[in-house]
Amino acid sequence: MSTVTQEVPAPPGRAPQISKAPHVRAGRRAQPARTLHGAAGVAAVVLIGVYCLAPFYWMLVSSLRRSGDIFDTTLLPSVFSVESYVKVFSGSSDFAHALVNSLIVAATTTALALVFAIFAAYAISRLNFRFKNVILAVIIATSMFPGISVVVPLLRLFSDIGWINTYQAMIVPSLSFAIPLAVYILTTFMKQLPFDLEEAAMMDGATKWQAFRKILLPLAAPGIFTTAILTFIQSWNEFIIALSMVNDPAVQTATVAISKFTGASEFQAPYGEQMAAGVIVTIPLVIMILIFQRRIVEGLTSGATK
Amino acid sequence: MIFYPLLSAVGQSLYSAESRLDENGFVVDREVFVGLENYAEIFVGAQSERFYNALANTTFFTVVSVALETVIGVAFALMMNRAFRGRAFLRAAVLVPWAIPTAVSGLLWRWMFQADGIVNALSGSQVLWTAEGMAAQAAVIIAEVWKTSPFIGLLVLAGLQIIPEEVYEAAKLDGASAWKQFWAITLPLVKPALMVAVLFRLLDALRMFDLPFVLVGPRKESVETLSILAWDSANQLQYGAASAFSIVLLLYVSVIVYMFVRLLGADIFQSDATRPQSSRRRRAVSPAPRPAAHHQEETR
Repeated sequence: MSTVTQEVPAPPGRAPQISKAPHVRAGRRAQPARTLHGAAGVAAVVLIGVYCLAPFYWMLVSSLRRSGDIFDTTLLPSVFSVESYVKVFSGSSDFAHALVNSLIVAATTTALALVFAIFAAYAISRLNFRFKNVILAVIIATSMFPGISVVVPLLRLFSDIGWINTYQAMIVPSLSFAIPLAVYILTTFMKQLPFDLEEAAMMDGATKWQAFRKILLPLAAPGIFTTAILTFIQSWNEFIIALSMVNDPAVQTATVAISKFTGASEFQAPYGEQMAAGVIVTIPLVIMILIFQRRIVEGLTSGATK
Repeated sequence: MIFYPLLSAVGQSLYSAESRLDENGFVVDREVFVGLENYAEIFVGAQSERFYNALANTTFFTVVSVALETVIGVAFALMMNRAFRGRAFLRAAVLVPWAIPTAVSGLLWRWMFQADGIVNALSGSQVLWTAEGMAAQAAVIIAEVWKTSPFIGLLVLAGLQIIPEEVYEAAKLDGASAWKQFWAITLPLVKPALMVAVLFRLLDALRMFDLPFVLVGPRKESVETLSILAWDSANQLQYGAASAFSIVLLLYVSVIVYMFVRLLGADIFQSDATRPQSSRRRRAVSPAPRPAAHHQEETR
């Protein structure tokens, strides 16, 4: 990121020239250049906004209709109703339990992955040892594993050792995808932190461990937090592992529970309940997005622009 | 230096933790070797028709959806880069499809693609989207593109934001059209970010599972991907066939990624030793300000 900006320094003596050619430059300096103004700008914002939000809005609206008028196509429900939400939590699906399961699996996965990733990222960004790049490459390469090629062998192992229908049967395979993601983001982040402070601390007699704990960890806290958010979202959304490792409704996670919703009547899929459950699963993520959007974007793009 | 062995051991343990999985793969491999027929069945035997169909579906979904996502994603990034107002709103809006769990988005699109759902109502058609055939494939691709093009948009936007404004001003003064500026400046400079985004998407699309599984269902010929096929075999306790499918998928993914990295030079590993992308960027950027300076010389 920094290379480009450093590469193009403003030549000295440029500022006076700017004032000499006011119509070319002065206006542009005042605001970010090349912006879309007026109708075009509004149209772009509306277009992207509708594209991204319309399906989500439809899920929200459908979840608030009564089961009788679920097939209405009006933009707002004729009668607002929480009928579907009541059904989600009261029915045989036991959705509240599934949410708790999701929370347990996602939180544990995130916590364990972070502990691993902090040490691994520290080792890769601060220490010199042989095969460092090989290890980083292997860690990243594991994230390209198709989920299914981890699930199939583990399915057998777990049935042999009686882990089917347990939390750890979901957490351990999830880790093999959460750890590479966390290591990747954290390593990029730690590499950007200056080494000078730790060096200074060690010159003053701090041990490596103290420098790590008292200097680097506080500095890296924002990056660790960003990593935690992204890892949590990934684990929360995980589907194939939870679907394969668990068939007991008492242990299954929310994403799997939703896909298995069946209605009271045999004739019609319970779309109202499905939409309500979808909104419930998505709302925590939307809240996280609204609060932490900057951090999430930073974490997502850190690898791409470094 | 005391903690060096410990920390490197942690690093090594990560390494071995993953190769433990490989070992499991090996165990499976050996069993498959015992009954080599599994592979024979996949490629020429009883399973071959289903396998080639799944392989074709996987490839078709990947190529079409990643191509569409790239075009839409780049277009979004260009618009977002120039939007003067509503940037925070756009950033949040763009994250919504990305954050929705794929299983939920599958349900959501299943609902919208109902025979009497909103998609048919808006388009005035009577298509059975979630049954079999081309319509189901189109439904999967539409839902996939909706969910993932914002991700490409975000990564490309990050790449766009580090292009210095001077480059464009110089091009404009030299009389380059907007189209020419896009091809000659924007695209080459944003290429590293775009390549990383496309690579991530390729990896994800090749292992596509949740979306067709929830949107249309398992054991549907027209949308069965390799992941679904392997899962279905494992579900029917045919572990040998399931492992063979998943190993073939793994190899397929590796080959495609290798070719992609080799041919297009995407640098995801960001190794310390070789960072060709930054030097390329530097070379591409540094000559650009000169025309501007030159022009200023003239006006003076």
